[in-house]
Amino acid sequence: MSMLINGYEVVIGLETHAQLQTQSKIFSGASIAFGAAPNVQACAVDIALPGVLPVLNREAVVCAIKFGLAVGATIAPRSIFARKHYFYPDLPKGYQISQFEAPVVSGGGLDCQVGAGDTAIRKHVRLTRAHLEEDAGKSLHEDFHGRTGIDLNRAGTPLLEIVTEPDMRSSAEAVAYARALHALVRWIGICDGNMQEGSFRCDANVSVRRPGAELGTRREIKNLNSFRFLQQAVDYEIEWQINELEEGRAIQQATVLFDPDTGETRAMRSKEDAHDYRYFPDPDLLPLAISPEWIASVKSGLPELPQSLRHRLVTEYGLSDYDAAILTAQREMADFFLRAVTIAGSTNAKSLANWLQGEVAARLNREEREFDKVPISPEQLAGLVLRIADQTISNSIGRKVFDALWQHSGDSADEIIEKQGFRQITDSVAVERLIDEVLAANVKSVEEFRAGKEKAFNALVGQVMKATKGTANPQQVNALLLAKLKE
Amino acid sequence: MNELINASLRDISRALTERRLSAVELATLFLERIERLNPTFNAFITVEPDKTLAQARAADARLASGNAGPLVGIPLAYKDIFCTKGMLTSCGSNMLSNFVAPYDAHVVEQLSNAGIVNLGKLNMDEFAMGSSTESSFFGPTKNPWDVTRVPGGSSGGSAAAVAARLAPVALGTDTGGSIRQPAAMCGLTGIKPTYGIVSRYGMVAYASSLDQGGPMAKSAADCALVLNGIAGFDQRDSTSLDRPAEDYTRALGYSIKGLRIGLPREFFADGMDDEVRFAIDEALNVYRSLGAELVQVDLPNSELSVPAYYVVAPAEASSNLSRFDGVRYGYRAPEYRDLGELYSRSRAQGFGAEVKRRIMVGTYVLSHGYYDAYYLKAQKLRRLIAEDFRNAFAHCDVIMGPTSPFVAFPIGAKTDDPVQMYLSDIYTVSTNLAGLPGLSIPCGFGAGNLPVGLQILGPWFDEARMLGIAHQYQQQTDWHLRMPGGVA
Repeated sequence: MSMLINGYEVVIGLETHAQLQTQSKIFSGASIAFGAAPNVQACAVDIALPGVLPVLNREAVVCAIKFGLAVGATIAPRSIFARKHYFYPDLPKGYQISQFEAPVVSGGGLDCQVGAGDTAIRKHVRLTRAHLEEDAGKSLHEDFHGRTGIDLNRAGTPLLEIVTEPDMRSSAEAVAYARALHALVRWIGICDGNMQEGSFRCDANVSVRRPGAELGTRREIKNLNSFRFLQQAVDYEIEWQINELEEGRAIQQATVLFDPDTGETRAMRSKEDAHDYRYFPDPDLLPLAISPEWIASVKSGLPELPQSLRHRLVTEYGLSDYDAAILTAQREMADFFLRAVTIAGSTNAKSLANWLQGEVAARLNREEREFDKVPISPEQLAGLVLRIADQTISNSIGRKVFDALWQHSGDSADEIIEKQGFRQITDSVAVERLIDEVLAANVKSVEEFRAGKEKAFNALVGQVMKATKGTANPQQVNALLLAKLKE
Repeated sequence: MNELINASLRDISRALTERRLSAVELATLFLERIERLNPTFNAFITVEPDKTLAQARAADARLASGNAGPLVGIPLAYKDIFCTKGMLTSCGSNMLSNFVAPYDAHVVEQLSNAGIVNLGKLNMDEFAMGSSTESSFFGPTKNPWDVTRVPGGSSGGSAAAVAARLAPVALGTDTGGSIRQPAAMCGLTGIKPTYGIVSRYGMVAYASSLDQGGPMAKSAADCALVLNGIAGFDQRDSTSLDRPAEDYTRALGYSIKGLRIGLPREFFADGMDDEVRFAIDEALNVYRSLGAELVQVDLPNSELSVPAYYVVAPAEASSNLSRFDGVRYGYRAPEYRDLGELYSRSRAQGFGAEVKRRIMVGTYVLSHGYYDAYYLKAQKLRRLIAEDFRNAFAHCDVIMGPTSPFVAFPIGAKTDDPVQMYLSDIYTVSTNLAGLPGLSIPCGFGAGNLPVGLQILGPWFDEARMLGIAHQYQQQTDWHLRMPGGVA
């Protein structure tokens, strides 16, 4: 699918840096924990003292293998670490150890859901490669009175750089892909996905062209650390590029930065200023050899992947494609669902899915919380859904129970139903007695009904429900009331 | 005392363990010699007698306890490329003229644990780039055999120190001949082990895929003993080889009878001075008299080794030396207006001419559009050169030839002509390109009473036998025991 903007087709490719969740740095034993005082997590290797040497952290390789398996990519039996040279104070060696010609992961792809509800479409984005590299330190330009502070705690933090083919055709697709990738790296446990701390950041390559024409000249927007900024930056860039072309100016290849305050992109450096990185294989590191046995052992430790689970949710639990896609968008939600459905049973799968996408999602959204902070347990939600299913409570009482669960975690749905007297009155004698009382007190409504006013019936039902504090079964009330009135 | 300065490490060790001599007495002897003679030769950059004597006292305590190994109390000096905790580690450069290493190199750690007493840090060509020790920020080292001449390089301080008997043994490093060539020019025995045998951790990198540390001493037996102390797997160096520990003294009694010595046609063609050729021929005669057989072999790509080396080594050097930027340690220009100037001035002022030349060559050959033509091609040549050696070793056990085409040259003679200087490495660089072990032993003197070195090359991991072959020669000759006049 390709939608045109002013007759232009948009072409987007993403490069994402995912910080890997290892104990220590990719080439040294220093910790990678976030938030330590500057430079206390930088060892001799990280600050590039004379004579130090890098030693590859195999944990980082395991992360790359997991990712390769999860996206159906080829994992290279032999890949090469290369040095990428440039001078900057937060790059202690004067080069970054990365991978260039022979990356550890190549090919593969990722499915993502673009849009929501009935109009949602499935989009497949092909991956070019993913390679291991080290992060640089940080230059701190504030708080130093015109001088620059250097914090090398981040130097040497393991990154997986994931590069797509130019397969995306709109900012919505770019965001959908980025969300799917974000979910996946968290799903397989290789990245914490914390975008504010920079654990997951995207560079977007954007160009526009007339349909069928050669690829246009691209500009690369660097370091987008939220989905919203990604969307805004790409949209601005598209508009800017189309405008340039419409006014007869050619696009110059450039690296640009997005300013969230103005919502604009501005050029950082042009192609002429581009570095010659002078890549060459790092002679301090041997080629990275990955045996089929190593891959097999990593594979055996992988959780069920989202695409497989999505398929299973449709076939085993009878959920719609859309429901399945939503539930598998986050590992935490999927795990929650699977745990809850084993308690509530597969006949209640749809109901659980509705609760998760409805009340739970709305609440989290309102409270600006992520799913991993959800205050109710799968056991609690399953208990609630079971009581609705067996008609112990009605749907509307269900929402009250849900509110209570949300606010006072700990109690089960049953405990709340008992404590608050939410149990539905199904004893017909008791309901009939209440109906008699309501009919006696509402003679006027009874007469109106008998005179043919349907509305009066609803008013009587409402009075009965009120008298039972909502715990009567509405269908039962309907039936009994109708019988009484026809006596 | 004269006997002591020329004694073998075995004999010194025996004197120490039998308590006929204390480690403090021995260290004091050499410290006094350094104080007296070093101003003439400029072999040492740093001497810290208090630290040396403290280590000697610790060694004496170990010796007194009765179960000391063969290196306890042995004084040794390090090329200033090895990081030594709490001591200046300058690499012969202004860039690191203020760098006190906060950690010990792997080999320093190993030798300290073995009880070695550190006599100090030795002069060298700046960042090990050179063949004459003239490019040091701390001034040239003089050859003890003739102080108007160079000691060779880049481990010229190591060679001069041992030749002048300021230290019984020293460590050097060899990237293209930097142990063997100065050993030859100063009348010493020096061995560059197979790449990966000695950890490079804490050895300031010049060209990572070629650098290898090794001992420089009077004899092959001494080298073998020290190699035992420094060889072995180190997980901090990814190129270190995880092999079973070896005793490099085990083959000192190796029989030369039936040994097939390969003489590469290319090494004996033009280019070698007559006085060198004469000494080499005499040495080969000694081996023949011991029962060796001389066979001709071919190393057809050897003439390409110098060009290949001068692409690979500068390429790696330009990258390795990027870290010296004046930001975190080392020399920083006193004045700069912005970041660009901080870099360019610190590096322009911190590095000497030869280092800058190699950084520029290396940057050029790695540049976009030139990489394939230079670096990639040089890497292919390395494989061809290694293949040549493999083929040659199918027809012989070891290869012999000159270490250097000429004896030590006058100070200043080649400093204006880098290419002439580079050609002094013609017989040594191919060994590094192939990762092979090589050693040099003294085999006579040329004009002006200047030493000539015989080079012995063996297959990968053949150090023990090569040292045995060298040792057998030294049982027949006394070149290795000759001392320069005026040092006794």
